[in-house]
Amino acid sequence: MRVKLGSLGVAFSLLGLILVAFIAWPLIKTGISSRPGELWETILDPEVRGAIGLTFYAAAIATGVGLVLGVPLAYILARHRFPGKALIQGLIDLPIVVPHTAAGIALLLVFGRQGFLGRAFEAVGVRFVSSLPGIVVAMLFVSVPFLVNAAREGFSAVDERLERAARTLGAGPWATFFQVALPLAKRGILSGAILMWARGLSEFGAVMILAYHPMTAPVLLYQRFESYGLSYARPLVVWILITTLAVFLALRMVGRRG
Amino acid sequence: MKGASLVLEDLRVKAGSFLLSGVDLRVRGGGYLVILGPTGAGKTVLLEAVAGLRRPAAGRVLLGGEDVTPLPPERRNVGYVFQDHALFPHLSVFGNIAFGLRLRRLPRRELARRVEGMARLLGIEKLLPRRIEGLSGGERQRVALARALVIQPRALLLDEPLSSLDPARRQELQRLLEHLHQELLPTVLHVTHDFEEAVALGEEIAVLQEGRIAQVGPAEEVFRRPATPEVAEFLGARNVLSGQVSPDGRRFKLDGTELEVVSRLSGPAHAAVRPEDILLSLSPIATSARNCLRGRVMGIERKGPLVYVTVDVPPTFIVAITPESLSELGLAEGMEVYLSFKASAVHVF
Repeated sequence: MRVKLGSLGVAFSLLGLILVAFIAWPLIKTGISSRPGELWETILDPEVRGAIGLTFYAAAIATGVGLVLGVPLAYILARHRFPGKALIQGLIDLPIVVPHTAAGIALLLVFGRQGFLGRAFEAVGVRFVSSLPGIVVAMLFVSVPFLVNAAREGFSAVDERLERAARTLGAGPWATFFQVALPLAKRGILSGAILMWARGLSEFGAVMILAYHPMTAPVLLYQRFESYGLSYARPLVVWILITTLAVFLALRMVGRRG
Repeated sequence: MKGASLVLEDLRVKAGSFLLSGVDLRVRGGGYLVILGPTGAGKTVLLEAVAGLRRPAAGRVLLGGEDVTPLPPERRNVGYVFQDHALFPHLSVFGNIAFGLRLRRLPRRELARRVEGMARLLGIEKLLPRRIEGLSGGERQRVALARALVIQPRALLLDEPLSSLDPARRQELQRLLEHLHQELLPTVLHVTHDFEEAVALGEEIAVLQEGRIAQVGPAEEVFRRPATPEVAEFLGARNVLSGQVSPDGRRFKLDGTELEVVSRLSGPAHAAVRPEDILLSLSPIATSARNCLRGRVMGIERKGPLVYVTVDVPPTFIVAITPESLSELGLAEGMEVYLSFKASAVHVF
């Protein structure tokens, strides 16, 4: 069905188009201004491949930790009323608004060598500063709100009567959660997990402060830009865009099927 | 799989500011009790307390003599058919019906056999592979019934099971409920606000008003002798009779008398005549009314703007007349009178 555009349609389309161009233009420009040979050389660089792989890997671990700790919290927030709930809800949203460099420094105070958790984990051989666990912690901190919020909305959308029906049919609280609430909130949780993972990938500020080394892709990019300039950083940008986009689309497709 | 006896002992349940208080009810194993009450009387709260979904403030729930009050819902084995069915949208019809059996870890074959058997009994075996989405209201209701019955519950709780259906489906499902009850003999606690449903299905009716059981008894008795003015007002004065409809649907036979009716039903049924629809006279009169019965005045009672005259034919009819008619006819107890009403004034259900 085609509808004739009125003046509102024309005006809004134009405004929308400006925004679309604003987002697409820089990305396309980066893509076409890199020579193929340059791109090839960049991807053969083990430092680049290592950084991209590390980024994906660390974000995936962060998302895994987020799922284990965040889904139960989301369920409680969706199902129960208790004193301090608004406070917890606000706290969960806080990492979204805190500048990420500030988040990194705050994490350093707790997970650093002098920090309480830093020392506790040091005793069992886990170090956060300049290490993979540090990257994971930084990513987790800044990206877990997306997962918790999406999962909470997913659980809220599940009719509580379905869980009550399950109980009368013989399901205890655990079976009810795993057989009714979780499968019905799956879509929300999955899209939250994808969002969290994507947000983790792109994190720079908190990661840089907690773990400059080993270098994730955003940190490597910053370092190359600072040390060697624009033309040296550009092909790395293209590869980051390509890989992120590819994995993001693949996950979206899997999510839609599920 | 005859159900267990269900006893509620002085049950008190708080739900927000609502209070269900002092509920004493008794349903024999395999019995069928209908709780009839207006919206907001606490019908659902009562069912939830029996199912274990709501903790009572006081009192006990006994199933087959066992005190189940402290047990969580999953350990009561009570089937609950929710008003809006509450079917699992992520499972097929088969998956929904099998849900309770899977939790009981039944062997695969036995599980399939029982699910299919129950589906056949409810006439939904063709729906088994379907998704819940796209099922009609009547189909959903059947799936919900199958899901609750297949676990062989000690009691079956039905929350307004017919209210979401159109009149034709309603009639059909009412018959199905009767059939299921005869076939499987579950102990049924059925709540409704619909008096026809209550009379047609209940062996006994309990009237629930504002969180209290106002009266319990067989349908005809509850309608003939409301225990309180509130019950009388809620039920509306009605002459409710039980009997047999002839195969052609034209006659309704009951003890001693026969009424002319217009009905599409046949076999055992109930009939209701409104007191306002009955004409009272001192001698037989020629009218188009197909029913003319002779009886004796047993009582005269003034209630508000009307006078209710009890006439024993038998059975006993209640007739509403104005105070003016009362004095003009000079009615007194023991007098012989004639009752006339049209065949179409008899509502058969």
